Amino acid sequence: MKQLIQKLTETFSPSGYESAIREVIRAEIEPLADEIRVDALGNLIARKGTISSTGRRIMLAAHMDEIGLIATHIEETGFIRFAGIGGIRPLALTGGRVRFVSGVPGVIGTDRLPDLATAPTLEQCYIDVGATSRKDCPVKIGEVCGFERPFLDMGKRLVAKSMDDRIACAVMIEALRDLKHTPHELYFVFTTQEEVGVRGATTSAFGIDPEIGLAVDVTGTGDTPRGSKMEVALGKGPAVKVKDSGMLADPRIVQWMERTAEKAKIPCQREILEGGSTDARAIQLTRGGVPAGCLSIPSRYIHTPSEMVDYDDVLQSVRLLTALVSNPVKL
Amino acid sequence: MPTLGNTQLKLLEKLCNAMAVSGDEGEVRTIVLDEIKGVVDDVKVDALGNVLAVKKGRSAGCLRVMLSAHMDEVGFMLVAEDGDGIFRFEMVGGMDVRQLVGKPVWVGKGHLPGVIGARPIHLTTPEERKKTIPLDALRIDIGPGAKAKLGDRAVFATRFQHNGPSLVAKALDNRLGVTTLIEMLKNAPTNIELLAAFTVQEENGLRGAKVAAHAFDPDLAIAMDSTPANDLPAWGGEENVAYNTILGLGPAIYVADSSTFSDPRLVRHFLAVSEAEKIPCQLRQPGGGGTDAGAIHKGRAGIPSLSVSVPHRYSHTAASIARLDDWRHTYNLVHAALSRITPNLLAGER
Repeated sequence: MKQLIQKLTETFSPSGYESAIREVIRAEIEPLADEIRVDALGNLIARKGTISSTGRRIMLAAHMDEIGLIATHIEETGFIRFAGIGGIRPLALTGGRVRFVSGVPGVIGTDRLPDLATAPTLEQCYIDVGATSRKDCPVKIGEVCGFERPFLDMGKRLVAKSMDDRIACAVMIEALRDLKHTPHELYFVFTTQEEVGVRGATTSAFGIDPEIGLAVDVTGTGDTPRGSKMEVALGKGPAVKVKDSGMLADPRIVQWMERTAEKAKIPCQREILEGGSTDARAIQLTRGGVPAGCLSIPSRYIHTPSEMVDYDDVLQSVRLLTALVSNPVKL
Repeated sequence: MPTLGNTQLKLLEKLCNAMAVSGDEGEVRTIVLDEIKGVVDDVKVDALGNVLAVKKGRSAGCLRVMLSAHMDEVGFMLVAEDGDGIFRFEMVGGMDVRQLVGKPVWVGKGHLPGVIGARPIHLTTPEERKKTIPLDALRIDIGPGAKAKLGDRAVFATRFQHNGPSLVAKALDNRLGVTTLIEMLKNAPTNIELLAAFTVQEENGLRGAKVAAHAFDPDLAIAMDSTPANDLPAWGGEENVAYNTILGLGPAIYVADSSTFSDPRLVRHFLAVSEAEKIPCQLRQPGGGGTDAGAIHKGRAGIPSLSVSVPHRYSHTAASIARLDDWRHTYNLVHAALSRITPNLLAGER
């Protein structure tokens, strides 16, 4: 599974430009799914199983896009000014490397800052791709890039850019692989444009019209020095979302997840996230409303090029997700 | 292909001088309905006030293309009367309170003349003059006896002018789009089914477009709007790196704004047609802002969408400036791009 995680996290697909990661995931799930389609916004939708008398139509969603940058202006001197795609933190930019979807690499520099103690603004940053003029710059306005950072295996802990949310894509793929039988009509949806406002989940949920929705995404932790006040910690198992700033999980979904974990002897922890939300938010508000929740994988340093997860948490998340959809669901 | 001439300029003038603050678009709607009467195969006004018109294609299986242009404009709403025809007001849509002081306005259906008054220089101190006057200290003064009610809308009292290569008016955002869409219906490409949405309440949250897209359920959509040009030279001779768009370079094609990533297939198509037909266009700088496409592309199971805007300076102020040629090129490009569109465009994945 580590190889899969490496492959997924080392692919560049910022929001709106998910075709590269879609091909990687499609190659993995093609032999596993009963039917695969791609919708108008580029969501990759894989169906598994048909609905039985005890089954439901269930949508599982992990987003395949990642945060990135988009070129807004090429200066006369060949430097590239940019805007952010998703929640970009300027603090994590300086000295970083990027790779455009076209393959062009670049490094991030800043204007001379009046004060080194404060973080630059996005407007004070630029990308240097080695060009000497606007004419020889290989990047045009509107081209997008992701952060370049190789996958790092620390044994128990794994570090990469775009663990948010490729780690959940990996969990979904492995759950689909491990799934022996299901009474449900399951839709494994690899969504687009989550980082810019859960847009892919909005349209795919409308198309699928599910009876139950479950997002799989990362969540923050409170286990670092002078970190956030938050109960979630690495290594304590998958987190069951109760609330985040965009959604209240359906209490019946929380109960379903916790009971399933208990029965399968899977460690899990409750999550209340003060800032941020997931695809579940969009699924919940689809059409006439859908009971929805989220299985979260604890992660440190989210939205930096070095997002860290615990490998045991990842493996337990696969087990929990598989167990959740293997049996009939009573809400 | 007919291009925009004096008739269309007259229509633009009429539309710019009309009042249609978000939620109260009746005056513009009446003009639109009158213009497209007899031209379209079907027309209705929906529950929110959108005008939804259909012009059928020549074959049954052709692409159903939604074109939207919002009818509403930013403005004001009277919210309390202080007596003597002096009203407190709120802003409707995105406006800068620093732009308001000292401007004449039109109020209500009768376009009653009023003014957003302020204490004159004789009676202010240098300290006071350094500060922005907050909205709650401003009033619209229409004089005693004038017939205005709470809830009435007001707009800047700016009459349209055609000044050489330029158009000067209030509400060029988005009467340019509305006029373009009317002309598009009158000269509709026959290879597509044209679904025209003259939308309401764009300026306060893309509300009309949301329901219009749900109702039309099109194969793809183009939002026609107007976008700011901040193209004046930067201070101190530095390179201007945040111009959004530049006057004179033609229609602005969107790659991304804060509400939408345009469908890359549509972006490629429009750029290819621009090159083939030698119609100039520019890429709008990716970044903030939004158009009807922000609501449309999230409609139902997803709708491939693109925005195309006419650049104009001083947007959302009392007087903005656009170039007649940019508007002409916008109409020509959208018309040419639609005329060349085939179902193949969407056959591949986004």
